[in-house]
Amino acid sequence: MSISALLSMGRCCCRCCCPRGLWMLSAPCCDDRRMCVCPGPRRIGIPIRSSSLPLFSDAMPAPTQLFFPLIRNCELSRIYGTACYCHHRHLCCSSPYLAQSRLRYAPHPAYATFCRPKESWWQYTQGRRYASTPQKFYLTPPQVNSILKANEYSFKVPEFDGKNVSSVLGFDSNQLPANAPIEDRRSAATCLQTRGMLLGVFDGHAGCACSQAVSERLFYYIAVSLLPHETLLEIENAVESGRALLPILQWHKHPNDYFSKEASKLYFNSLRTYWQELIDLNTGESTDIDVKEALINAFKRLDNDISLEAQVGDPNSFLNYLVLRVAFSGATACVAHVDGVDLHVANTGDSRAMLGVQEEDGSWSAVTLSNDHNAQNERELERLKLEHPKNEAKSVVKQDRLLGLLMPFRAFGDVKFKWSIDLQKRVIESGPDQLNDNEYTKFIPPNYYTPPYLTAEPEVTYHRLRPQDKFLVLATDGLWETMHRQDVVRIVGEYLTGMHHQQPIAVGGYKVTLGQMHGLLTERRAKMSSVFEDQNAATHLIRHAVGNNEFGTVDHERLSKMLSLPEELARMYRDDITIIVVQFNSHVVGAYQNQE
Amino acid sequence: MADYSNKLYHQLEQETGIQTGYIRTGSVFLAQTQDRLISLKRINSRLNVIGIPSEIISPKKVAELHPLLNVHDLVGAMHVPEDAVVSSADVALALASAASQNGVQIYDRTSILHVMVKKGQVTAVETDKGQIECQYFVNCAGQWAYELGLSNEEPVSIPLHACEHFYLLTRPLETPLRSNTPTVVDADGRIFIRNWQGGILSGGFEKNPKPIFTEGKNQLEIQNLQEDWDHFEPLLSSLLRRMPDLETLEILKLVNCPETFTPDMRCIMGESPSVQGYFVLAGMNSAGLSFGGGAGRYLAEWMVHGYPSENIWELDLKRFGALQSSRTFLRHRVMEVMPLLYDLKVPRWDFQTGRQLRTSPLYDRLDAQGARWMEKHGFERPKYFVPPDKDLLALEQSKTFYKPDWFDIVESEVKCCKEAVCVIDMSSFTKFEITSAGDQALEVLQYLFSNDLDVPVGHIVHTGMLNQAGGYENDCSIARLGKRSFFMISPTDQQVHCWAWLKKHMPEDSNLLLEDVTWKYTALNLIGPRAVDVLSELSYAPMTPDHFPSLFCKEMSVGYANGIRVMSMTHTGEPGFMLYIPIEYALHVYNEVMSVGQKYGIRNAGYYALRSLRIEKFFAFWGQDLNTLTTPLECGRESWVKLEKGMDFIGRDALLQQKQNGVYKRLTMFILDDHDTDLDLWPWWGEPIYRNGQYAGKTTSSAYSYTLERHVCLGFVHNFSEDTGEEQVVTADFINRGEYEIDIAGHRFQAKAKLYPVTSLFTHKRRKDDVELSDLHGK
Repeated sequence: MSISALLSMGRCCCRCCCPRGLWMLSAPCCDDRRMCVCPGPRRIGIPIRSSSLPLFSDAMPAPTQLFFPLIRNCELSRIYGTACYCHHRHLCCSSPYLAQSRLRYAPHPAYATFCRPKESWWQYTQGRRYASTPQKFYLTPPQVNSILKANEYSFKVPEFDGKNVSSVLGFDSNQLPANAPIEDRRSAATCLQTRGMLLGVFDGHAGCACSQAVSERLFYYIAVSLLPHETLLEIENAVESGRALLPILQWHKHPNDYFSKEASKLYFNSLRTYWQELIDLNTGESTDIDVKEALINAFKRLDNDISLEAQVGDPNSFLNYLVLRVAFSGATACVAHVDGVDLHVANTGDSRAMLGVQEEDGSWSAVTLSNDHNAQNERELERLKLEHPKNEAKSVVKQDRLLGLLMPFRAFGDVKFKWSIDLQKRVIESGPDQLNDNEYTKFIPPNYYTPPYLTAEPEVTYHRLRPQDKFLVLATDGLWETMHRQDVVRIVGEYLTGMHHQQPIAVGGYKVTLGQMHGLLTERRAKMSSVFEDQNAATHLIRHAVGNNEFGTVDHERLSKMLSLPEELARMYRDDITIIVVQFNSHVVGAYQNQE
Repeated sequence: MADYSNKLYHQLEQETGIQTGYIRTGSVFLAQTQDRLISLKRINSRLNVIGIPSEIISPKKVAELHPLLNVHDLVGAMHVPEDAVVSSADVALALASAASQNGVQIYDRTSILHVMVKKGQVTAVETDKGQIECQYFVNCAGQWAYELGLSNEEPVSIPLHACEHFYLLTRPLETPLRSNTPTVVDADGRIFIRNWQGGILSGGFEKNPKPIFTEGKNQLEIQNLQEDWDHFEPLLSSLLRRMPDLETLEILKLVNCPETFTPDMRCIMGESPSVQGYFVLAGMNSAGLSFGGGAGRYLAEWMVHGYPSENIWELDLKRFGALQSSRTFLRHRVMEVMPLLYDLKVPRWDFQTGRQLRTSPLYDRLDAQGARWMEKHGFERPKYFVPPDKDLLALEQSKTFYKPDWFDIVESEVKCCKEAVCVIDMSSFTKFEITSAGDQALEVLQYLFSNDLDVPVGHIVHTGMLNQAGGYENDCSIARLGKRSFFMISPTDQQVHCWAWLKKHMPEDSNLLLEDVTWKYTALNLIGPRAVDVLSELSYAPMTPDHFPSLFCKEMSVGYANGIRVMSMTHTGEPGFMLYIPIEYALHVYNEVMSVGQKYGIRNAGYYALRSLRIEKFFAFWGQDLNTLTTPLECGRESWVKLEKGMDFIGRDALLQQKQNGVYKRLTMFILDDHDTDLDLWPWWGEPIYRNGQYAGKTTSSAYSYTLERHVCLGFVHNFSEDTGEEQVVTADFINRGEYEIDIAGHRFQAKAKLYPVTSLFTHKRRKDDVELSDLHGK
């Protein structure tokens, strides 16, 4: 009972919960992250190792299975240690993180009831004969830093002639995995044939295949949509005659951000078909390209291509399986396009773009540039209800999820919510065995009458940059679940402006002793020290997101515990977090303003 | 300097009747580490010989001197009992009133618009209250000195930059300290602490200084700036660690008063190289009060006599050029200089900021081959080359008063110079060309230089450029390129000074052409017995001494490059050549030399090897051993002075007189006898020399001689009368008959005195027996 309590109380966070605990699509045993070829669904037959553990009922799926290897490894004490901590947190923390799974079959039956008071847990642990005393397991600050900084990346827009003429100074990005492998992706690139910079975060679910594909491909679709007719022609002619192509994008990638080599040819062909169509559509009269339209077209087109590729299949069995996995998994996307003072944010799903604005008095305020597409958004609820017959009004969104399953209301991939039942069945049957064996892909959502239920069409927000707009934070819901947007903007703002904002101390006639002053200063320095540890605003933000205590300051002990959670448990306490912080060049933005 | 200030302030009160707050408290310099203690011991032994009492004391004794000090983490301290504290405002007032009594007019609240200059001579000062005519103008404007210098029509660049400087004032202690409680300097804690009106005054030089007014928007009046407690926190922690009982003491205020700092931690004084009569005294690195009195005296002497009574080249404005005047450079450099004031000062320290400004075209090539760099006058010079398989300590760890980690590296470079051939990039040396249509060039140079320059074309002459007193203004080598053209090579930091001196003494309306060609040539020094082979192979010309005698200069081709000035000298006394290469050929010639030299065992070497070679051969160097107060006769260079060359030259009278009367000091070479290179402290410079147990002078430079396997120090020996302390004539006999000791940080080592370099014959002999297979390997 208590083990179940432990496992459930941290909220069921694994991506795909199933009532019978039968499947998991993204297998955590995938060793080669670069390949990201998960060897099919992993059935979870619960290996009852000892009859002394009768509590492992079929109600507790994935985590228990993951629990076992650890026990075998005699690491029980460590788990207990962490688990105790988690338990404690859950009970005493008024607002535990609700990093809920984005996709689930049904609400977890045991969510509330399984929460047992602390004592029973203790009785349990102490009752076990091989339970050792709970040990504390700490990471040293350098260890914490190496975890936090493993994926950090910074890009500074190069200066020409000592001047940066771009409205973007540069960006910091970072991600912290909770899933193994991480399902979030990020991309950043400069458009070479048009002006502007593209930045995006992608939050995958049911595996990382879709988010990976979108992170590789979406910017090409956007860039192509933005290209003038002549350039498209030039590129097409170059392909036709085998000449060297014009480069379209300059990527800014962390070494861990990989591109799939195998699918590159396939992706290119789809992209080429797209621009060929664009060429055919445009009869030559050059019209101004509307960024908003280009973004919408690119999103829709890519999703369409993902869907088509999966339907058509590929003679290469590896690729065939890949396109299917891409189509059956899903991803949200939040993409910003910055060109001079014109900032467009295209959002599909529940990642968010937040603008950091510095008020005249130096304080920071947050301006949201995207709307979440989930159950908290009235307009989305309205839209879904309008798109489907009245009799589905109750079933289309259940328990705040699309068809009771999916948290985001818009996404790439997820053909299970887009294709007709016939098509799904046909594709699966003709698909490879791995797909066929996968319970998740086979499973048809309930109340599935009038597909498609899901779209990748983005909502595009336009914002004209002002000198007081200092930075833009793009982040997946992993961040927004843990931190209020106002805090996010304040922390980044204070980080970027350094210590200046901390009110200076003045003695000014008060009676202060040297000792008191010393104490005060030491405290202030401790507060600032975490800022100095990070050279990357995104890292700094993650540090706060994971390590903040109830007073809003980073607590090393907490940070250490959160980061030392075993891979398998991490997802229960936090989601993947991916952050891009784009810094704007106020001088350039101001100059634009003055020109007019 | 500080000593004179101390005496001046002491007398001031009696002379003027104005309270200066002068209290002889003494001061205690604490050492938290052994290295700091060594540095204090070195200072201690130098203070003692100039008559300032001081002693090294134990932590226990420190506790007795000051009741509040925590001494648990100390290893020792230096106590200077005669140090005093004064109130700066009162001193200024007293000095002003003393000056007024002697007829000086002081204009209060008057601002200078600019300084009037006619024909390169100061004539007047334009102020907001009218013009004041003058012959001399002294720029003492502190943090405004830089801007005031630039406001001139002919700008005077005074490289200094202001930093915020903090000190803390407290309310009185409950039981005030005795008024004679010593001032405490805890350099390892970066703070100083002194009494102040019953409370404490404490400040310091933090690790992360805040430079200010970089853009030049200086404040108009001296105003204290915003307090910054967060910035002061490390110093406050250090104060409370030193004096834990102060916890309960109440704060009065934190004062933020900008101070100016210079690029090399030394103040700036002297006459401008471009405007006569324009003097400067500024950039006191926050030691204005302690050095002010002495500096003022020297500057007064300078104006009255034309030169100060001590050698102050190290403080001379002319040590800097316009290149140190970049605001960015100054901003970055003072950020390094300010913490350095309380950092441990170790031998061979190089500044880390403001680097890679002037470089030779070979910089990248040499750097890729492991060169480690030092900087002189903005020019990067290789110190030594770290072989690929070797690793040196990180900068912080490499600080030492003992044997440095590069010892073996330099040894192999020196050995290669002695046995094969090495190439050293010496492009930093200042190079002038002097030409004229007629014979003026020769005439002027004959008048300016002590040696006879009327030599056949192609000859090189070592000579001094002397002042009226016969002292070295510059020490250089001059090659006669043609009948009417001369090529002059001087030390790197002479670029401004030598130029100014030549300009000052050249007839104004002659057709004499003086050109600074430093930047036009890359200089490679090929040192070693095989240099001959390398060059002859590259030029197809015989280079043996018969064809190319020593101190000879010829333009020839090296590799494909033509017009290379090859000079048979190496600045070390070793055989070899200097190649002066027009910069566009530099890389080619270097590559050729290296590839041809391979079979002769060529390798790169740096200045440390050069220095070791030079000092063991008793080659004195201007700026270190020689200065404006030393004459050729005092350093055994009679042969480089031609008193009877048929015409007068500057300093001739003084030298004639000296020749008649004898010299009062003599540059001597000392070979340390019982010094263990591995275990004992290394000599540096400034170590006291004792002759028969009596103080006789100080060393000026030192190096380890790999040939003699001993340390060699150069230094001047005086003959102080035992009764009166008066200086007496020093003869060769006097030198030779003494027993010498060199005091390194309080420990005396026996030394042999030599007036002439030691022949290194025995090394050649040894070499023949030592030949082995490994010598056949390329180096």
